[in-house]
Order: sequence, then C-alpha cells, then structure tokens
Amino acid sequence: MTFHDALFLILATASAVSALGVVVSSSIIRSAIWLLFMLMGVSGLYFFLGAEFLGAAQLIVYVGGTMVLVVFGGMLTTRGPFDHVPVGLVGWVLGGGLSLALFALLVQASLSFVSHPRTDTALPGTGPLGLTLLGVPETPGQTAYLLPFEIVSIHLLVVLIAAAYLARAKRRPTSTHPEADHG
Amino acid sequence: MPEFNLIYTALMIGGVIAFVMGTVAYLILAERKVAAWVQDRLGPNRVGPWGLLQPIADGGKMFLKEDVIPSHVDKVFFILAPIVAFSTALLSIAVVPIGPSTPPPAPQATVAEYEAAQAAYQETFTFAIQPGLDIGILYIFAIGSLAVYGVILAGWSANNKYSLIGSMRSSAQIISYEIPLGMAIVGVLLFAGSLNLETITDWQSQHGWFILFQPLAFLLFITSVYAETNRLPFDLPEAEQELVGGYHTEYSNSMKLGLMLLAEYAHMITTSFLMSILFFGGWSLFGLENIAGETGIGALLLRFGILGAKVFGFVFLFLLVRWTIPRFRFDQLIGLAWKVMIPLAILHLLAALLVRHFELPYFALTALSVLLFFIAGAASVRTSSAQKTRRKQARSATREHATVGA
Amino acid sequence: MVEFGFPAFLVLSAFLFACGLTCLATKRNAIGILMGVELILNAANLNFVAAARFVPTFRLEGQVFAVLVIVLAAAEAAVALAIFLNFYNNHATVNVENATDLKG
Repeated sequence: MTFHDALFLILATASAVSALGVVVSSSIIRSAIWLLFMLMGVSGLYFFLGAEFLGAAQLIVYVGGTMVLVVFGGMLTTRGPFDHVPVGLVGWVLGGGLSLALFALLVQASLSFVSHPRTDTALPGTGPLGLTLLGVPETPGQTAYLLPFEIVSIHLLVVLIAAAYLARAKRRPTSTHPEADHG
Repeated sequence: MPEFNLIYTALMIGGVIAFVMGTVAYLILAERKVAAWVQDRLGPNRVGPWGLLQPIADGGKMFLKEDVIPSHVDKVFFILAPIVAFSTALLSIAVVPIGPSTPPPAPQATVAEYEAAQAAYQETFTFAIQPGLDIGILYIFAIGSLAVYGVILAGWSANNKYSLIGSMRSSAQIISYEIPLGMAIVGVLLFAGSLNLETITDWQSQHGWFILFQPLAFLLFITSVYAETNRLPFDLPEAEQELVGGYHTEYSNSMKLGLMLLAEYAHMITTSFLMSILFFGGWSLFGLENIAGETGIGALLLRFGILGAKVFGFVFLFLLVRWTIPRFRFDQLIGLAWKVMIPLAILHLLAALLVRHFELPYFALTALSVLLFFIAGAASVRTSSAQKTRRKQARSATREHATVGA
Repeated sequence: MVEFGFPAFLVLSAFLFACGLTCLATKRNAIGILMGVELILNAANLNFVAAARFVPTFRLEGQVFAVLVIVLAAAEAAVALAIFLNFYNNHATVNVENATDLKG
C-alpha cells in the first residue's frame, strides 16, 4: 500500500463515517457538526485529487458560509438545550432499505466502469479555470462557460434579494395594541 | 510544486510548530509586560530574571490544574471546541513563507523551458511547509473560515447564557469581517497576478511595497484582522465586563482554556506574517534589493532578520492597541463592517481595476486610495453630525412635549 | 495490492448519496432535510472532481461544474433557511409534518 492509497483510505473513511453520523444522530446540532466534518473530508479529497481551488472554495463557501447558516438555523429553531427528535422504526426500515437498495445498485454500476489509469499530469489550476468561466477556452475549439457563469451570477443576485426579503423583520400591526383602542 | 518528501516535511512541521509555540508562550509574557509598561507598573518579575520564566510557570499551572467538565455541558462538543480552535490556528501557517523565498516559475513559452524552470525551482530551498502552492492565500482564508466553529461550538456546548451570547456575537463578527478582509487583498492580487505568497513577495521586491500603492487596502486589512483575532477594540466576544469570559466562561483554567488562548495568539502571529508579506514586502527592504540574488549565510540571516523585525513590529502593535483604544459597541462594530468597510473595499477595488486596466502609474492608485479615505471620513463626519442634530431636536421636542403635558 | 482508482471514488460518492437519501427520508426536521440535500450535492460534486482527474477529456469541465454546484448549493441553503425561519416564526416549529397549511 502506497502513501497515496493510505491517504485516500483515511480521507474516505472519515467522510463516510461522518456522513453516517449525519444520518444517525437525532440532535440537529450534532447532525450539523457531523456534516461539517463530512464537508471537510470531501474538501480533503479535492486537495488529494489535485483540485486545490475547489478544495479551498469548498472550505470557504460551504464550510465557512453555508454551514454557519445551517448551524445558526439549527440553534435558533431547537427548543430546549439539547433537543432530540428520534426517528421511528418504520422510518428507519423504509428509508434505510430504500437507500441500501440504491447504494447496491450504484456500487454495481460503478464497479462495472473500466478503471482509467491515474494520469499524473496536474489538473488545470486557478488560471485556466477562471479563464474558462470568462469565456476563454483553454485550447481553441473547447467549450467555454461564460453563459452558465452569467446565469449563476444573476441567480445569486436574485437569491440575495429574495433571502433578504423573506428574512426581514416583520412590522407588527400597532392598532391591535389594547391601550391604543380606547384612546 | 517541489517534490514531496515525508521526512523533510515532518521536520519542517515540527520546526514551525515549535517556533510558533515558543513565540506564543513569550507573547503572553510580552503582553503582560507591555500592559504593565503602558499602565506604569512593573509587570511579572518574580519567576526568573525579569520574569522570563513566567511562561513555563503558566504552562505548568495549566497542565497540572484539575480539568473540570461541568455536568450541564454537551461533553463531546465541549472537548472538541478547543481542538478545532487550536488546529485551525496552526494549520493556516502551512503556506506562509517564514523566511526568504523564491517564487515558483511563471508559465514559459515552451514545455521544455517550463520543465527546466521547474527543475531549478525544485533545487531551491524555501522556508515554508508547503511552498509553491498555487492557491496560497486562498488556503489561509479557507482554514481561517473554519476558526469560527471553535467559537460556535464552545458557546453552544457550554449551555450557559454568557457563553451563548459571546459565541453569537463572535460568529456574527467573524463572518462580517471576513468579507472586507478578503476584498482588501484583491487589489494586491490584481497587481501581483498570483495567489502565491512567494510570488507576491517577489513582485514587491521588484516594484516596491504594496503599502505605498494601496494604503487604504492595508487599513481595511489590519482593521479586519483585529476583528478576526478578537483583539481589542473588537474583543466583544469575550468582553469581561459584560459577559464574564464570553464563549470560554465554562472552561476552567486548565489546558482546554490554554488551547483557546494559544489559538488566539497563534492567529496573531500568522496574521502578522501575512501583513508583512502582503503589504510590507516580506524579506525585502529598500536599498537591500541587490542581496536578492545572493545566497551566502549572511544574506540569509539578514533576510530572516528583516522579516522577523516586521512581524515583531506588527505583534507589538497588536499589544499596544489593546491598551489604547476602547471597545466598540456591538451595533457600531457590525455597522462599521457593513456600512463603511465593505463599500470602501468595493470602491478601492474599482480604483485598482481602473489603474490596472489603463496602465496608469502605480502612484495614481496611492492618490486614489488616500482620496477615497478622506471622502469616506468626510461622509462619516457629516452623517454623524446630522445624527447628532437630529437627536438633539428629538430631545428638545420631547422636553417641550413634557412641559406642555405638565 | 489494491489500487484505488475511479471506481473507489464512485463507490464513496454512492455511499454519501445513499446517506443523503436516508436523511431526506427519515428526518422530520426541515433543517435535517436540508442537510440531506447538501450530502447529495456533495456526492455529485465528488463524482465531478474524480472524473476531472481520471477522464482525460473532462479535466476542466469537471472542475467548472463543481464550482457551479457549490455556488448553487450555497444559494439554495440561504433561501431554504429563510423560508424555514419564516415558518418557525408562524408555527413555532420546523417539523415538516406541521407544514400542512396549503392542504385543502
């Protein structure tokens, strides 16, 4: 077993165990922390695969941004200090059975893939990636992705406005105040 | 990227961690000494000559003290929080060149030329655990964005209102200030054309330090850094007078609290390195550019000394500011980030883009930077005086109302 | 001697996907369901990046798609959380079984 394989095994086991933790823990905050470790494991796998920019983006956007929101959401909506919502047996059997069947199917499909040899050329770094997103293909004739990039930008703007609108503080109607009525 | 060598990397990691830990231990002593100096006291002077053995005594105390875990806490997270805080603080130093460095080769015209340049780069020695990482500074931000979890977990697991309020304040603060922190350095990256810290240093040794061209970016960066490291004037998460100890209230004075404090100081060291490298040219100094090509031991030591002196200067500034500027109020703190620093950072980025695109001389950016700063200052003075008159009017109106009512 | 290649990544990603699906099926807390969605998106992303590494014609595309997925996931989480917090304001719970107001 080479150093590479050992590293892969460690990262993969960590991600898989954390993903399992998300499923089985009944407290929402614990699930969120397990998910956090899963995301870190996956970003480690990105680094392992040589996609450094993606690994860093995963850490900055997912772990540093999205997950903080989710953890806050969890903290704001739990009742009591360590709120547990247990799952019934029927739920486990149905959901687990369904997922196990799907997992078996996917494993069978993925093992039937012909294993590509690992190419040791470095993945394109930050520069080519950014140029592709700005519509400059790496080699002439390849596809560039300016339109998806623009669509995503507009989408982000829309989401920003929508989330601010949805989460704004509501002004309570003042006329229902009891003292204002008999004035 | 230089070839990976397990033993060499392990040695380098051990060396850097020992260096950081030793510095941190003496930073705590330095903090107390500077505090004493500012307040005209003597400071710790009982253990060893001039109190120099005080860090050892403190460390021994923390190791030997009984480790109390209160019964009402969430034990897993309570133990996890200091580990997260400490490991993120140590991880982020991995790409920082702590000594003289050579930049990785730029893309060449032909593959053969590039490979020759790469081979030459492999031969050179760079004082960083992972030199030549393409995403350099992005990695530091990625790891830095994990640091907030140490605070959130500590506050949540303690099951205590002071801790929770402290951790909520802290996470809001850290998330808000990450934005100006990131945007302040985009101007630097635009000019250096790389995310790699070694390349940024190299650009500055050729063209001059970034503090000369982008003073506003440096101001935004240093302010955000003070907020990110929870130092005064932004130390609301652990405001002793309001929140007991903030998110580490429930940690008894044992090694878990020690890890939290060590993480804070390690963060200070990393950010001091960043400020010296991004804005103050790393190991380069005016008039000494000609030693850049020399490889003798004297030149090496000199560069180490220059970088070390810059870093020490920033650390000393951290300590001094703590005893000079009073704490912000929480709404002022968040307002400063969102209403002042982020718009300023955007405007500064725009100015940098204009200068870069039209290839104006670099000092045009300095002028724009200073101009922006004074416009922002004038605007803030006007709004604050307008607020003051409005408040005065409101007060006199209520007074009139009161007299009419009587 | 085991060589971990493309199939190993596919199996790991399938496992993450199955975990996400189980989350979606069993959790009754809306935020738990959101986490299931995040798991599934990460499984897909892992596939993209592994393909970028192991499929020579997919070197750039895999990374581009993964970046887009990360951005969209962040947007989705922001809107979903805003909706959940609104729901919590009105119903004092985030249990999805109580979200029956629009039912006839």
